[in-house]
Amino acid sequence: MTTSTVDTPEDFEFNDAFRLSLEEVEQGRRIRACLQCAACSGICPFGFLMDFPPHKMISAMRAGMFERVMGMDSLWLCVSCYACAQVCPAQIPLTEGLMTRAKEEMVLAGNIPVELQDALENSQRYGNALGEPPRRRADWAAGLEPAVPILGKIKRSVDVLWFVGDYASFHPRGRQASQALATVLNRLGVDYGILGPEENSDGDSQRLAGERGLFEMLAEKNGRVFEKYEFQEILTTDPHAFNALKNEYPALGISYPVRHYSQFLATHLEQLQTMLGGAISARVAFHDPCYLGRANGIYDEPRQLLAAVPGLELVEMLHTRETSICCGGGGGGMWLDGFRWEKARFRLSEVRVQEALAVGADILAVTCPYEMPRFEDAAKTVEGAEHLVVKDIAELLADALVEAEVSS
Amino acid sequence: MNIVVPVKLVPDLVEDLEIDESGITLDTSWLRLILNEVDEHALEQALLLKEAHGGTASVISLDGEGVDDVLFSSAAKGVDHLIKLTGLEFGDDLNNHAVARLYGAIVERLEPELVLIGVQAHNDLDGSLGPLLAEYVGMPYVGYVSGITVTDGKCRVLKEYPGGLIAEMDVVLPAVLGVQAAEAPPRYVAISRIRQAMKTVSLDEQAAADPDSGGGPTIDSMFKPETGERATMIAGDEEEVAAKIVDLLGELGKV
Repeated sequence: MTTSTVDTPEDFEFNDAFRLSLEEVEQGRRIRACLQCAACSGICPFGFLMDFPPHKMISAMRAGMFERVMGMDSLWLCVSCYACAQVCPAQIPLTEGLMTRAKEEMVLAGNIPVELQDALENSQRYGNALGEPPRRRADWAAGLEPAVPILGKIKRSVDVLWFVGDYASFHPRGRQASQALATVLNRLGVDYGILGPEENSDGDSQRLAGERGLFEMLAEKNGRVFEKYEFQEILTTDPHAFNALKNEYPALGISYPVRHYSQFLATHLEQLQTMLGGAISARVAFHDPCYLGRANGIYDEPRQLLAAVPGLELVEMLHTRETSICCGGGGGGMWLDGFRWEKARFRLSEVRVQEALAVGADILAVTCPYEMPRFEDAAKTVEGAEHLVVKDIAELLADALVEAEVSS
Repeated sequence: MNIVVPVKLVPDLVEDLEIDESGITLDTSWLRLILNEVDEHALEQALLLKEAHGGTASVISLDGEGVDDVLFSSAAKGVDHLIKLTGLEFGDDLNNHAVARLYGAIVERLEPELVLIGVQAHNDLDGSLGPLLAEYVGMPYVGYVSGITVTDGKCRVLKEYPGGLIAEMDVVLPAVLGVQAAEAPPRYVAISRIRQAMKTVSLDEQAAADPDSGGGPTIDSMFKPETGERATMIAGDEEEVAAKIVDLLGELGKV
C-alpha cells in the first residue's frame, strides 16, 4: 500500500502502487478486464456529478494519471451502494476495490471533508460516530419491561448476542425501533443479551469511507468484548454491522455466526404469525437497504415479515430489490450531508420518497437505522409527502403485536 | 524554525460534569480528558510553519489519561519531539501558575524561536496559561492570534479584537503566541499512521519538578449555574415542549 501524497502531475510510482493494491482485493484482477462500457458510471446515483466517475477512474489509472483523480473531491459523493459493482459486466469489485481503496488514499493524504473528519474522530474517541457518551449506549433500554439483559451484568450465557449498533442505540428514531425490536424478541421468548457500554461501532461505514485503520481498531475492540461472553450467534439491527461481521471481521480473526434481525425473525415467522393479531391497514413500500440487498443478497426475508402483518398491503417501488437506490447514508454519506448538498443540491432520500409517493404508499418501511432519519427528513421537504410515515419493520411488527394483545 | 507547543488536557464535556463532595473541584470518577480544542489549532499552526520554513516542532504535555494518544497522533501529523512530564497529572491540584512554571522549565531548555499555545480553554476562559508561561521564560506574549507570517527571523501576527477588528503587529522572537485559530482547520490523521507512530516514535519522558502554585487564586466553592428568578424552565418531552413554546410565542405576539 502506498502512502505517498502526490505532488507531481504524473506520479507513475503512486499510480502503479495503487493499481497493484487493487489487484490484492478479492477478484481484484478483474479490473484488467474493464471494457470501458461506463455502465458503472451510468448507474451511479451521483456519477453524473463526478469529475471522475468509476469508469473514468479506471481509464485515468490505465493512463498512469490516477493522481488527477486524487486531486478531485468528487470521490466523496460515492455512497458505496454497490450499484456499480452490481451492474458491471466484467464483475469488477468496484465498490470494495476501486472506490474504497481510492478513499483510503484520500484519508491517508488527509484530504477529507471536515464533517467526515468529525465523525471519524468521534468513532475513534467514543466508539460511536455520533460523539455520544459511550456510557449511555444502553440508555434506550432504560425502563423497558422486561429489562433488556446486558451481558456484563447478567453474567450468564445467552443464545443470541444482539449487536445494537450506533444509530439504533443513540439516534432518537433508532432508539424507538430498538425498543420495538426488544418487544418482538421478548414476545418470541428469545434468550438474548446486549453489550451496552462495552459495544463499539461496527466500523463498516468508516471502512467504506476510507478509514481502514479505524475499522480495524473498532473491530478489535468488539472482538475482545465478544470473547468475554458465551453466545450461539450474533443478531444485528444494522445491515452495515451485519456486513462487517459476516464479511470483514473473519479476516481479522473475529468469526461468529451472524444474522440480520430480518433474517432471524423470518425463521420465527410461523410463531410470529400466531401473534400478529392487529391489522395495519396501509399500503407499505419497502426500501431495500444496500448492505442487506445488493451487498448480501437478502431481499425476501424483510418482505416475508411485512406480508405477515394482517391488513398490510405490500407495494413495490420503481427501483426495487437489486435496483434499489441508496438512501444516501452509505460509505460515509451519513456524515457528508453538507458536502453532498453543496455538490449536488438534491438528496437521494428525496428521490426515494418520491418513488414511495408514486406507488401510493402510506408507509415507507425500512430495516436499516440510517434510513429513518434520512427518509423522515426527506418527507418534510418533498411536496405531497406530509402524510408519508417512515417505520422500521420491527416497529410495524411491534405495533401489530400490541394490537393483538389488546384484542385478546 | 524551532517551535514548541505546550498542550493542556481538559475535561471532555461529552460526559456530564459533577462536582466533588468537597465542593471545590470536579468529581473525577467519570471524567475523561480531551486535548484542549484551541491547542489543536496551536499544533496545526506549528505544523504549517514547520512545513513552510523547516525546523522542528515539539509538543509538551503533562501526564494524564489519554496523553499518549494525543502525543502519538501529534507525531503522526508531523511533530518531531514528544515530551511527557511524568509524576504529575492533569486533574491533580495544579493551577495555571504551576503548569506554566513546569512547562517554562522545559521551554527554556529547548530554546525555541516560537512557543504556540491555545489562547484559552473551557476551564481557563481567562487564558492565563500563555501569558504566565511567557512571563516565566521572559518572552513577549501576544494572544488571540489567527495568522502568523515569519520572514527573516521576524514574526508578523494577526491579532483578533472584539467587534471584528484585527490588528497586524510585529513580534520580536523568541515569543509566546496564544493561538485563537490556525490558518487551516486541524488536519485529520489516519489511524494507521497513528498506530505506525506508536511503533516507531518514542516519548521523551521527563520527571516533572515539584509544582509551585504560588500566585494563583484559591477556589472557595464550585457550583452549577442556578436558574435565574425570571427564567422559566420548560419541562416535558419534545411534543410538550414544542407546544408550550408555540403557546408562549403566541402570548408574546410573535406568531
